[in-house]
Amino acid sequence: MENKEPLLKVEHLKQYFPISKNFTVKAVDDCSFEIYPGETYGLVGESGSGKTTIGRSIIRLYDPTGGKITFEGRDITGKMSAETNDLLRTDMQMIFQDPMACLNPRKKVVDIIAQGLDIHHLYSSKEEREEKVAKILEKVGLAPEHAERYPHQFSGGQRQRVGIARALIMNPKLIIADECISALDVSIQAQVVNLMKDLQQETGTSYLFIAHDLSMVKYISDRIGVMHLGHLVETGTKEEIFSHPLHPYTQSLISAIPHPNPRIEKTRKSLHYDCNEQGIVYSDGTLHLIDGTHYILATDDEYKKWVG
Amino acid sequence: MMDEKEKERILSIRDLDISFSTTSGTVHAIRGIDFDVYRGETVAIVGESGSGKSVTVKAAMGILASNGTINSGTADFVYHRDNGEKVELDLLKTSKRDMRRHINGKRIAMVFQDPMTSLDPTMQIGKQIMEGMIWHYGTSKEEAYKRSLELLEMVGITDAEKRMKNYPHQLSGGMRQRVVIAIALACNPDLLICDEPTTALDVTIQAKILELIKDLQQRLGISVIYITHDLGVVAKVADYVNVMYAGKIVERGTIDEIFYDPRHPYTWGLLSAMPDLDTEDSHLYAIPGSPPNMLHEPAGDAFSPRNIYALNIDDRKEPPMFKITETHSAATWLLDPRAPKVDMPAELRARIDRLLKEEAK
Amino acid sequence: MESTENSAAVLQPDEFLPNDFELRGNTDSTHVDTNFASQNFWKEVRARFFANKGAVFSLIVIIILCLLAIFGPGMNKYSYSDQNLLEKNFAPRVPGLESLGIFDGNENMTTTTGSKLVNGYKDTGKEDVYYWFGSDVLGRDIWTRVWEGTRISMGIALCAAIIDMVIGMSYGLISGYYGGHVDSVMQRIAEIVNGIPRLVIVTLLMLVLPRGFVTIVFALMITEWIGMSRIARAEMLKLKEQEFVLASRTLGAKDFFIIFREILPNIIGQIITQLMFSIPTAIFTEAFLSFVGLGIPVPMCSLGSLISDAFNSFTTHPYQIIPPIVVLALLMLCFNMLADGLREAFDPKLKEM
Repeated sequence: MENKEPLLKVEHLKQYFPISKNFTVKAVDDCSFEIYPGETYGLVGESGSGKTTIGRSIIRLYDPTGGKITFEGRDITGKMSAETNDLLRTDMQMIFQDPMACLNPRKKVVDIIAQGLDIHHLYSSKEEREEKVAKILEKVGLAPEHAERYPHQFSGGQRQRVGIARALIMNPKLIIADECISALDVSIQAQVVNLMKDLQQETGTSYLFIAHDLSMVKYISDRIGVMHLGHLVETGTKEEIFSHPLHPYTQSLISAIPHPNPRIEKTRKSLHYDCNEQGIVYSDGTLHLIDGTHYILATDDEYKKWVG
Repeated sequence: MMDEKEKERILSIRDLDISFSTTSGTVHAIRGIDFDVYRGETVAIVGESGSGKSVTVKAAMGILASNGTINSGTADFVYHRDNGEKVELDLLKTSKRDMRRHINGKRIAMVFQDPMTSLDPTMQIGKQIMEGMIWHYGTSKEEAYKRSLELLEMVGITDAEKRMKNYPHQLSGGMRQRVVIAIALACNPDLLICDEPTTALDVTIQAKILELIKDLQQRLGISVIYITHDLGVVAKVADYVNVMYAGKIVERGTIDEIFYDPRHPYTWGLLSAMPDLDTEDSHLYAIPGSPPNMLHEPAGDAFSPRNIYALNIDDRKEPPMFKITETHSAATWLLDPRAPKVDMPAELRARIDRLLKEEAK
Repeated sequence: MESTENSAAVLQPDEFLPNDFELRGNTDSTHVDTNFASQNFWKEVRARFFANKGAVFSLIVIIILCLLAIFGPGMNKYSYSDQNLLEKNFAPRVPGLESLGIFDGNENMTTTTGSKLVNGYKDTGKEDVYYWFGSDVLGRDIWTRVWEGTRISMGIALCAAIIDMVIGMSYGLISGYYGGHVDSVMQRIAEIVNGIPRLVIVTLLMLVLPRGFVTIVFALMITEWIGMSRIARAEMLKLKEQEFVLASRTLGAKDFFIIFREILPNIIGQIITQLMFSIPTAIFTEAFLSFVGLGIPVPMCSLGSLISDAFNSFTTHPYQIIPPIVVLALLMLCFNMLADGLREAFDPKLKEM
């Protein structure tokens, strides 16, 4: 896949939030990765890792403090021209976490889904608008009659589908899914994930799938990045990450995943990781290439220790 | 022969039936539940949102919301006083005052989901742990302080002396949950109820808290009721599992029976919907539809609209509990001798075979 | 762990149909959960509001007072400004009730030497004249003047409240949405305006501008918008980071669209509540101004000016001051209770289940 041009290229992205004169929250601290057309990149991390912030910085809900973001060959980091801005707002979309809060309670579903069309004037008549909405509703597994309803008349999983429809109707090249299944029941998560996979097959959209559930991330992603405290500590294909994780944080994360096999699970103990205890300072490390697309964030000494 | 003391049943809930009156109408949340908890055992209640799992234990603790009515049922609880005397009472018929004075915190303790809101933000940690002991047992302050230090160490908080003086906002989420567990254990309860205690926590912290609960249970011999929607978590901690759907228990059994020999289509669905690290399937099996809203109580089997293995009778009559083994039962018409032979989905069968082989490795 | 045995023993054989134990076939997976019911937002609000007896009672009283304000002056033949010096200071006299011994034109006048019963109608021989609330010192009908005054008072209050709502709401929403420097500057300005005593500003304005309806509305408008702007700003801060707002931004919506078309519909409840709360404040401020002589010019009347006029006869003819006071008190009390009920209805504190 590397001979293709990356759809999204993030280079040394920094997102800092100054709280007071002496204290700045460094939510994202020098992260670099790429996403190619048609693939799913899973970004995994715990709370405070910066994964949600990085998604929002990429889609320019925040103004990046440093670094460069290139989307479809255009620089979207600083002030954008009107044309670039339009491109960003149509070709890159986002699906959010909370099915209760991601839809405006006072708007009908048809208006919620067609919002992007309305803003960018992508239809010529009212009938065309309704038709587009009806088609997209069917695609996400809802009925066209639902267009006239309000969000509170739907269940959580259905609301998430409406959120997906809202993003999908714009025919985006990249969809950032910000923990979009975390708030759903287990049986509904599987539905939504299947839907996302089917849509990707059909439309060739790329996903940046941000989540904390490693098993789900492994299932849906082609490549994975592991974040901790604002740094991208390891990245690679899913086989590379899950079969031989090299960074101790990745190893502890994988060991912490509960395994639905009682006999093993009852006696298994997870690995303990504390970067302070182990003397690891992320900002000292650089990305080292191990092999293929497998990168690890480490100082030269650490690299020698972990990889050999 | 089982050790008599070990198999003592400490909580026995029968025919529990609860409704809530809301502005939209009456919601029949719990529709007839039976389950038992034995001493030293961990019982898991697994269900998705709306299944009624939290409501069940809240009724047993006497903290049901004010618009809830217990239509019927008993919750017999057995405990021993310090002098060895055995006391049996029905928790549902005990007055609120007696519950607060004798049961809550003292015999049955509860750990809630959100560690942020479980602790009093204006009170020091040490005080919160000591509070229960002083109130229930009249322990002296010095003794309570000593015991609190012990408890903090037991739940894995280092620097216990320093932490006693901390306020909740100075601790991380995982540490807060440990403190909540310490508070729960302060009065040596017989039964610890954990209502989704790790759902709000990161996966690494979750692993540690689960290990802690398991360790404590083995050390102290308390019984635990563990409520969750996550089957992976259940695999680690539970001895016995009850699967709930729409206010009823649809399958119950030992942990091995549920994970390696599930019989109810909903349990199949739950087990299949979880991708595990070795799944190679290109498609996750997903149960279609969503859990029902109990405002409109369905006729027949509540799971039938989402059940691809449903029989015609599922739309008319609710299935009774069919006994499979002494400990394993499921409420599905598929177990009736007249029903066609239906096996679990092929992917699930393949996965279970794989899991069983894993153990041998 | 008891469980029931095989069902054959429990259910009768004839309760089963022949095709019961056959697989049903496909379930429709896009089948919409009609079982997922949820109330309409406004329906729930209405239900909660009407369950609150105090609020409903207040609403009824306000409606009655409004109807009287509209139709009251026309109900009898007097106008609010007709003076009849021959019929001054008559006590209330109502046709039906006078036979019951009340409202029959009698009043008990006490002086330092003793008390005596005086009946203005009998004394001047006007048996077929009725003043339902009595007549004032210039012979004007108090009934008509009270309802005319209510009209003016309420009119001023409503105009002022609505204009305040528009200004305050926009100010607060914009200040809250943009945050940062814009917010700081706008809030400092609001604090300065708020710091100046309201009555001082209004009094100065009244001295400079010609007296009248518009001037009083203008005076009230200058200072009352701050309360509304605070509410709007607080609600905006709450909703600004909600995901549906972020979704609008990622779709490219412009700021003003988001403020007024996305967020405002979600806070309309709190706005209406604040509007209802600001009406009694406006009524009272206007009444106060009129009472001290800075309000409505003669011959127009408002509740405040009526109270002012009747103040001098308070000890001799107390019936003259009672109607405007009662109406003023009722209006203020009922609007407050109504607003309280609305606030509860829009934002219930207790969660069900």
